Amino acid sequence: MTDLASRLAARRGTIVRNQAFWGVVAIVLLLAINVVSDPSYLSIGYNDETGRLSGNLIDILRAAAPILMIAVGMCLVVATGGIDLSVGSIMVVAGAVSMELLHGMDGTAGDAALTLAIALGIATALGAVNGILVSVVGLQPFISTLVMMLAGRGIAKVITGGQNTTADNDSFAWLANGYVLGLPVVFLLAIAIVVLVALLVRRSALGLMLEAIGMDSRASRLAGVNRRGLQLTVYSVSGLLAGIAGVFATASVMTVDVSRTGYLLELDAILAVVIGGTSLAGGKFSIGGAVIGGLLIATLDKTVVFLGIPASATPAFKAVVIVVLSLLQSERVRSLFRHRRALRAQSQKEAVAA
Amino acid sequence: MTGAPPIVEMKDISISFPGVKALDAVDFRLFPGEVHTLMGENGAGKSTIIKALTGVYKIDEGEILVAGEQRRFGGTADAQAAGIATVYQEVNLCANLSIGENVMLGHEVRGPLGINWKATHRAAAEVLSMLGLEHLDLRRPLGTLSLAVQQLVAISRAMVTKPKVLILDEPTSSLDATEVAHLFTIMRRLRDQGVAILFVTHFLDQVYLISDRVTVLRNGALVGEYPIRELDRTTLISKMIGKDFATLRSLGSERQSHHYEPRGEPLLRAEDLGRKGSSEPTDVELHRGEVLGLAGLLGSGRTELARLLYGADRPDSGTIWLRGKKTDIHSPTAALNQHIAFSSENRRDEGIIRDLTVRENLVLAVQAKRGWFRPLSRKEQDTLVRKYLTELNVRPADPERPMKYLSGGNQQKVLLGRWLATEPDLLILDEPTRGIDVGAKAEIQAAVAALAAKGVAVVFISSELEEVVRLSDRIIVMKDHRKLAELENGPHVTAETIVAVIADEGDDEEGEPE
Ligand SMILES: Nc1ncnc2c1ncn2[C@@H]1O[C@H](COP(=O)(O)OP(=O)(O)OP(=O)(O)O)[C@@H](O)[C@H]1O
Ligand SMILES: [Mg+2]
Repeated sequence: MTDLASRLAARRGTIVRNQAFWGVVAIVLLLAINVVSDPSYLSIGYNDETGRLSGNLIDILRAAAPILMIAVGMCLVVATGGIDLSVGSIMVVAGAVSMELLHGMDGTAGDAALTLAIALGIATALGAVNGILVSVVGLQPFISTLVMMLAGRGIAKVITGGQNTTADNDSFAWLANGYVLGLPVVFLLAIAIVVLVALLVRRSALGLMLEAIGMDSRASRLAGVNRRGLQLTVYSVSGLLAGIAGVFATASVMTVDVSRTGYLLELDAILAVVIGGTSLAGGKFSIGGAVIGGLLIATLDKTVVFLGIPASATPAFKAVVIVVLSLLQSERVRSLFRHRRALRAQSQKEAVAA
Repeated sequence: MTGAPPIVEMKDISISFPGVKALDAVDFRLFPGEVHTLMGENGAGKSTIIKALTGVYKIDEGEILVAGEQRRFGGTADAQAAGIATVYQEVNLCANLSIGENVMLGHEVRGPLGINWKATHRAAAEVLSMLGLEHLDLRRPLGTLSLAVQQLVAISRAMVTKPKVLILDEPTSSLDATEVAHLFTIMRRLRDQGVAILFVTHFLDQVYLISDRVTVLRNGALVGEYPIRELDRTTLISKMIGKDFATLRSLGSERQSHHYEPRGEPLLRAEDLGRKGSSEPTDVELHRGEVLGLAGLLGSGRTELARLLYGADRPDSGTIWLRGKKTDIHSPTAALNQHIAFSSENRRDEGIIRDLTVRENLVLAVQAKRGWFRPLSRKEQDTLVRKYLTELNVRPADPERPMKYLSGGNQQKVLLGRWLATEPDLLILDEPTRGIDVGAKAEIQAAVAALAAKGVAVVFISSELEEVVRLSDRIIVMKDHRKLAELENGPHVTAETIVAVIADEGDDEEGEPE
């Protein structure tokens, strides 16, 4: 019995120390708040005719899809000790390219496929440029991707001529708005891509190599780890995933808003990664954690809207949630709490003894 | 020393880490005006006892008295305020700051307008010159210096505070004779002024040269405390390893006066290989099964030459022929693919990856060579790891322990395993026995001899000339970043021969060692 108790306690210890755990707690809390303000918040409807599920939870999953994409890309970049500030801008470029191309086409599925290929190709190329600036030219990741962040939105404006281009293509729109098995296609796609990336990273030795670079790039270079090649790969992948996110974000409304699409989303991606327990200093990373972080951010965004928090107060609300979360994740803060609890227990014991 | 009470007294100290009892009820005393050497095998607990004293590690049990008062320090700075200055085994300086700043950090000379840099630098220069480093440019960033000089800078830094207790954890592991002599002169002077010095080394000669007393640890337990006069070498060694010394002796010396007659085409031939500022154009030839020693004083360019052969630095002159084919070795990755491996002298910055496990550290080079898309299966990894952990006798032999929790000598062994696992044709070892205990050193030397016997070409660098002479077939003597002479090894060659070659040259051409 005591054995079981101590085992459970030890188990609890590792879970509590797992940073993503607090992300899950935060999601549950936010949902609980929403339930308090509207008891039917969690209810999921089923439409017999269309076979679709509907409800707030489904909306959250749909909104999470683009964030998941950029969070996973960011996670890989951060593991190498870098950062990618350009994901939001690459999103808008991919969106602009798609809308501009589709705008002049007939709306067939073939057109959609071709457009998708071109948009994602361009996004990957922009990511590769980041990679080259970082690995070959040797610029700081922060600077290289900051340049791309500024340039990307400019490129998008040039592509659309400064317009918010709108297009029509049912196949393309299906990517964002369609349903399979009652669930939104975007979310299923996002999960499939995440699983694919996670398998690729963890089943191959890529994860180990990325961590090695992020922990100690000099030592890993001498160990023969091909830092340049891997950095190039990682930034390209981040570009590709941002491209996919851009397609998701624009396909749902079939419009690219050159100044709003993907705007400041790089910050959400970074937050998601950090909430998931990956240190910005590089090294050990957790894709699962980044996914939880992404879901949390989507939940937070939806909660803000649902509770009717005024737009001007939204950033403050988000900030409070994130600060509290970071505090809970901090080993320092937790040990402080433990210490106080231990002190209290001790003083009680002493009181009994006296 | 007679009659004076101990300045540091540690009683019944125990420290446990998950899975190891690093110290088990150990007593330790340090008196003013003595040099006291801590001895023991790799992982015996020497560094741990030092960290227990300075408060880096919390002790589970026991008490610490400093100058008769019970103390618990909160860390290095805290201990320093109480007059205990420490140079840890892994030098911890700021590579980006200048030499002067590193020496004086926290002890800058202040004037009415903030820091008086002129006076600060003068103070730094004074301490450095005591260690024979007067020629150093104080404004150079520390990171550009060789490891040995960084080590000396760290020692200078500890001396700036004028401590009552000076702790030096393996300060001599990367120094050669001249620097060691400098350091010992200072240590003696400080001792005569009443400073208590705690010293750690694996070099027996140095123990007998400098110590007044020794404390021997084995597996975290105290073996005993002895005046050095009462302990001969054999007894000391057997106390450390808990075994007979004869077994140990049989291992090491078999290669003495061994000479290999190179036949046929060399495995590697380099012509005019050089890099501006670090290595004058040099010719090197290396045959399969041959051990080539690189000897020279601190800063003679041994390491720099080795790095060019591995592509760790890019050569800007010269050509390399590998197996008869002209080959461009422009990066470590390229070298590895050509079956060349290089173990750096700088274990902390260019060797271990602290936060990865022993297993991951060990398989890293093999995996990098295969490419990330062809992962080693868990079973293959386990086989490799088990093989090298046993062969090199790494303790604890726990593959899942993060590398940073291993003792210095055991980290070095894991790194050797990393390179051996790549099954190189050419193995470049830069100070491979740095920080390795006597027993393991003999084992590693034997391993090098065995590799050569299997046909591997080895480049062997060590600041311990005896070791170079014992192992090498041929020795390149270097000075001022160029080749001074190339000696065929034989019974007539000794460490003195090499010293003489270097000194001879110094007579007709006054060179600045650095
Ligand atoms: N922070 C730590 N966490 C876990 N284990 C540790 C830690 N520090 C030391 N150890 C373990 O404690 C033991 C003693 O280590 P210590 O560093 O004191 O050895 P040492 O005598 O200094 O050896 P070396 O000659 O190799 O430097 C080793 O088994 C080591 O693995
Ligand atoms: Mg040690």
